[in-house]
Amino acid sequence: MTDVTSPIPPLAFLNGEAVLEKPEDLYIPPDALQVILESFEGPLDLLLYLIKRHKLDILELPILSITQQYVRYVEMMQELQLELAGEYLVMAALLAQIKSRLLLPTHEELEEEEDPRAELVRRLQEYEQFKVAAENLDKIPRVERDIFVARALIEDTEQSDESFPDVELKELLLAMTEVMARAKQFEHHQVSAEALSTRERMSMILQYLGEHTNPVEFSRLFSVQEGRSGVVVTFIAMLELLKEQLISIVQVNLGSAIYLSLKLQESS
Amino acid sequence: MKRRVSDEQLVELVEAAIFVADKPLSKKHMKETVLQDIHVSDQRINQAIETIFEHYQTRGVRLVEVGTGYRFQACQSLSPWLNMLWQEKAPKYSRATLETLALIAYRQPITRGEIEQVRGVTVSSNIMKSLLERQWIKVVGHKEVPGKPALYATTKLFLDYFSLSGLDGLPKLPELQSEKLDQMLNDPSVREPSE
Repeated sequence: MTDVTSPIPPLAFLNGEAVLEKPEDLYIPPDALQVILESFEGPLDLLLYLIKRHKLDILELPILSITQQYVRYVEMMQELQLELAGEYLVMAALLAQIKSRLLLPTHEELEEEEDPRAELVRRLQEYEQFKVAAENLDKIPRVERDIFVARALIEDTEQSDESFPDVELKELLLAMTEVMARAKQFEHHQVSAEALSTRERMSMILQYLGEHTNPVEFSRLFSVQEGRSGVVVTFIAMLELLKEQLISIVQVNLGSAIYLSLKLQESS
Repeated sequence: MKRRVSDEQLVELVEAAIFVADKPLSKKHMKETVLQDIHVSDQRINQAIETIFEHYQTRGVRLVEVGTGYRFQACQSLSPWLNMLWQEKAPKYSRATLETLALIAYRQPITRGEIEQVRGVTVSSNIMKSLLERQWIKVVGHKEVPGKPALYATTKLFLDYFSLSGLDGLPKLPELQSEKLDQMLNDPSVREPSE
């Protein structure tokens, strides 16, 4: 049989870690002191720690030993020139006062006087009560950490003009056929098939769009007098510009007019 | 003339409204908005909510009542996995913040001085400021003592955050051993009782 040690209930919790072994004295390595000091929420917390560390009950507040330890602790902190909150010193004074009162012989006329420890015990109890309440509060589920609110996301359709829907290709083609149809009516005016350069047309479109601050309607870029081939070149030039992301094409609603504009260069 | 709807339609409307609302939806707010043109009794609204509640019992999302109304939230047992959806970890609160918040929650209305008395240290202005900014606490009045200090109380948003429908949902405050304290004060071994 291996020796089975029963789990030892922790003496105290320091920074969430169980302190299992009872320390021999209050010696704390100086470099650890700063860390420890920061982990206490004031003199009451420190006192509670000292009491629990020695497996003592608050109600049996052993004022003599606790005062000794507390003062030693405070002195150490001062030696290390750690800035000590005034509250710690006030508590040291209070402990010393209680200690001296306990040492004094009781006088008959003071019989009604309560135990000098009573007020401190009451405060320690009260503080412990809320210390535990705070720990419990931290444990209950909360939004962000344990609770995830389920909510439908409503797309805001009435947003700024930055979010026009993309123009579908078929819309573009549909607009194209209209222009083609119109061009057809002028076909007999076509004199000679001039060699039309797509690149040149691209430059023309860019220049035209550059001259207009507002987006230009799709059909206005076509010159029907150029006939069918002219329309085709313009359309191809547009697609080319779109591909090279030099222009943007927007359409507010399905079926409504299509507008072209120069793509705004991102200012660096 | 107000319209009439079937129970099924009412359930659908209430369910959708709670889902779509950007914050918890109270029955009062429902009646003022989505149900304003509909002839419906409180009892039927309650029934609809109950139906939705039951319906979601076996789903990953549940209907819950919190401080300011009803909302849907993910089943808590799923939280460890859902947490992975976000890169950022949920904020942790310092002991000082939690102790201050606990005192306000259990002892409200309470002044800052009273909080300091129990905690034995000054409460930093930052803590009060951040609690006020998060709208977990608010000033509900001023105490009739010199200086008229502000009295603090928790808000409904505090309840929302901790998914509570009321303050009675908070864990019970650990009991003070006042009896034992009294005993100690009368303990003859401490003080010699005079005859």
